[in-house]
Amino acid sequence: MSEAVLDSGAEAPGKKGLVEDWSRDKQVFGVPWGKAMMWIFLLSDTFIFSCFLVGYMSVRTATTDPWPNPSEVFALQAFGFNVPLLLIAIMTFILITSSGTMALAVNMGYRKDRNKTFWLMLATALLGASFVGMQAFEWSKLISEGVRPWENPFGAAQFGSAFFMITGFHGMHVSAGVIYLLVVAFRVRNGYYEKRGYEIVEITGLYWHFVDLVWVFIFAFFYLW
Amino acid sequence: MSYVAIADRDHEQEHHDPQTFITKYIWSQDHKVIAIQYGITAVFVGLIALGLSAMMRLQLGFPDQFSFINPENYYQFVTMHGMIMVIYLLTALFLGGFGNYLIPLMCGSRDMVFPFLNMLSYWVYLLSVIILLISFFVPGGSTGAGWTLYPPQAIMQGTPGIEWGILLMLASLGVFIVAFTMGGLNYVTTVLQARCKGMTLMRMPLSVWGIFIATILGLLAFPALLVSAIMMIFDKTLMTSFFMPAISSMGTDPGYTGGSPILFQHLFWFFGHPEVYIVALPAFGIVSDLLSTHARKNIFGYRMMVWAIIAIGGLSFIVWAHHMYVSGMNPYFGFFFATTTLIIAVPTALKVYNWVLTLWEGNIHLRVPMLFSIGFVFTFIHGGLTGLFLGNVTIDLPLSDTYFVVAHFHMVMGVSPVLVVFGAIYHWWPKISGRMYNETLGKWHFWMTFLGTYSIYLPMHYLGFQGVPRRYFSMGNTEFMPASAQDLNAWITMSALFVAATQLLFFANIIWSLTRGPKSDPNPWDATTLEWQTPDHPPKHGNWGHELPECHRWAYDYSVPGYEDDFIPQNVPADKAPAGRDHGGEH
Repeated sequence: MSEAVLDSGAEAPGKKGLVEDWSRDKQVFGVPWGKAMMWIFLLSDTFIFSCFLVGYMSVRTATTDPWPNPSEVFALQAFGFNVPLLLIAIMTFILITSSGTMALAVNMGYRKDRNKTFWLMLATALLGASFVGMQAFEWSKLISEGVRPWENPFGAAQFGSAFFMITGFHGMHVSAGVIYLLVVAFRVRNGYYEKRGYEIVEITGLYWHFVDLVWVFIFAFFYLW
Repeated sequence: MSYVAIADRDHEQEHHDPQTFITKYIWSQDHKVIAIQYGITAVFVGLIALGLSAMMRLQLGFPDQFSFINPENYYQFVTMHGMIMVIYLLTALFLGGFGNYLIPLMCGSRDMVFPFLNMLSYWVYLLSVIILLISFFVPGGSTGAGWTLYPPQAIMQGTPGIEWGILLMLASLGVFIVAFTMGGLNYVTTVLQARCKGMTLMRMPLSVWGIFIATILGLLAFPALLVSAIMMIFDKTLMTSFFMPAISSMGTDPGYTGGSPILFQHLFWFFGHPEVYIVALPAFGIVSDLLSTHARKNIFGYRMMVWAIIAIGGLSFIVWAHHMYVSGMNPYFGFFFATTTLIIAVPTALKVYNWVLTLWEGNIHLRVPMLFSIGFVFTFIHGGLTGLFLGNVTIDLPLSDTYFVVAHFHMVMGVSPVLVVFGAIYHWWPKISGRMYNETLGKWHFWMTFLGTYSIYLPMHYLGFQGVPRRYFSMGNTEFMPASAQDLNAWITMSALFVAATQLLFFANIIWSLTRGPKSDPNPWDATTLEWQTPDHPPKHGNWGHELPECHRWAYDYSVPGYEDDFIPQNVPADKAPAGRDHGGEH
């Protein structure tokens, strides 16, 4: 085994080459450590959300009381009609749009266009903040209708418990993401990353897309089931 | 976009030495100092847990002789003893302590990749310990729900500590998980992304492999505990019914409806079983290195050992319900989980064979770390074999909740990892402190601990076969138990107190070493791994002076034929010494 082979990570074919490539020296992935660390964190966070959702599904099937109909509970009055899932549709649209502005910000970051990166990240943060705002509106609407973590007028008590717990935990993730985005955005504008490189914008983006993706699952399991 | 590896970067720009006492020893970002902080805190809470176990044993050995132990206290002692030992001592010591100390040194890095987060990890861990200790002093005392905290009883009338104890316990666990995540991300990322030149994954010492895989297990298993802790806090404070079924409590209806206690057990053991391996895998890794070093022989089957660690880690996620055979879950689950459980015995037995074959015809030096390592092989085989009994549904049913279970898990994840902890501390003590320990005192410590633990746990297996149930405050007039069971309990208690007292020898040894111990050689064991090759002894901040080391061989070049020394350090180039058996890159 010569040193040259190890250092260049020369490729051997097949499974042998795969293991050799992954176990080569210095680093496994050709990315900054921060990005690798964010991926690992997100994997861990995936397990948290999975446990929440599996727990929710488990109590939903275990409870003997009927489960409230999400189309009715989450409906909103608009122009005299009861439109099912109206608010949630808007919230989901906004969050997915924010992923788009985030992706543009990553691109502008690698182009070292500090101004555009800053404004795109700020737009992402604002969209995220408006998502949290609408979530607060939804919470207050449900609370005014008598939904509580321990009971609700529509059926199984676990509906309120799981709803507030899971959307609350996700909302905290979005709020933390907004703060994270703002910190990085202002540092970008001040030129803090000129020497360090703009990978941080992509790392922030990874977190933001993750929060967005998790919302899709919560949306599917909570509002569509 | 290609990225410059940390090992290839110019380090002068980022190298600041801490200046003041506070940045050097208190708010330190140096992985070695953080490791020692973790170690001291973990050993401190471990001593509290040891004291609690002594109280339990006093009651069991000599029932109703001690007025300060009533049934409520007894349950609190059981609970806090278990929780502290498993999480706040062993997890924190192996990953926060040894993980922090060994990963950067053995991988040839200057520090963890994110030292600030690493520092934060320790201080948040300390916060979780403080919350835990506060729960001893709140009204109602700490929780007495058993270390598994099963609902519904954990938060219902009649269980000690339902006022504040259970909430502080759950909060402390949540804070611990945050601390562990911050540290764990660092350990995994450092192993993946910050090794020195030539240090391929397949050249890493097995200690690093064990800690690395254990940390991944932790990052994927602790989420389940976090989620169950949050849900139980809500069940307790907000009267939600995640885990609480409609239930009557002392003739009144507490207001719960429709929750699932089994859900908690599934979530808890999805964490709880990997947790066993979070404690065991670092012990496996470290003991491999100690056996190889002190037997002056390469570890037998290095690649097999690595793949066995990975296989055990993977399998540990699909065996959790073997803790729940008597829970009332679907009986068909038992078949699946018994099968996966017994499959785990294959890579585990493979590791044991490899340890024994490493010793075979080795040039064995019976120094203190070696004694503890060989002791571990004994206790681990005994604990592992009883695991085969409990892994089978039909044998588990009568043995469930008896002292057989207590004896099994204490042998396999109590005594065994603790023997490795002691072996590892004696082994790396010269590197940490720069001084030697007292060999005679260490040998006394080993023999009394090793024989003493057998004297405690072998009789416990027998009690289990007799049907003596665990967790009982006192047995009362139980017909099926012979009177001799009580005599055996008294003997176990005396042995336990003896072993607990014996640990004073360890602390005496540390004090002796710090005050009068002779200065140690930079590499007193003639070991090959990089932490013994540092330019300073003990290593300073940044570990490697001006230049990072280069690794040229695997960690086990002992007694290579045709070389004057019986070891070749990993940083000796291939043209200066024979290549030995280099497994780097070979599969």
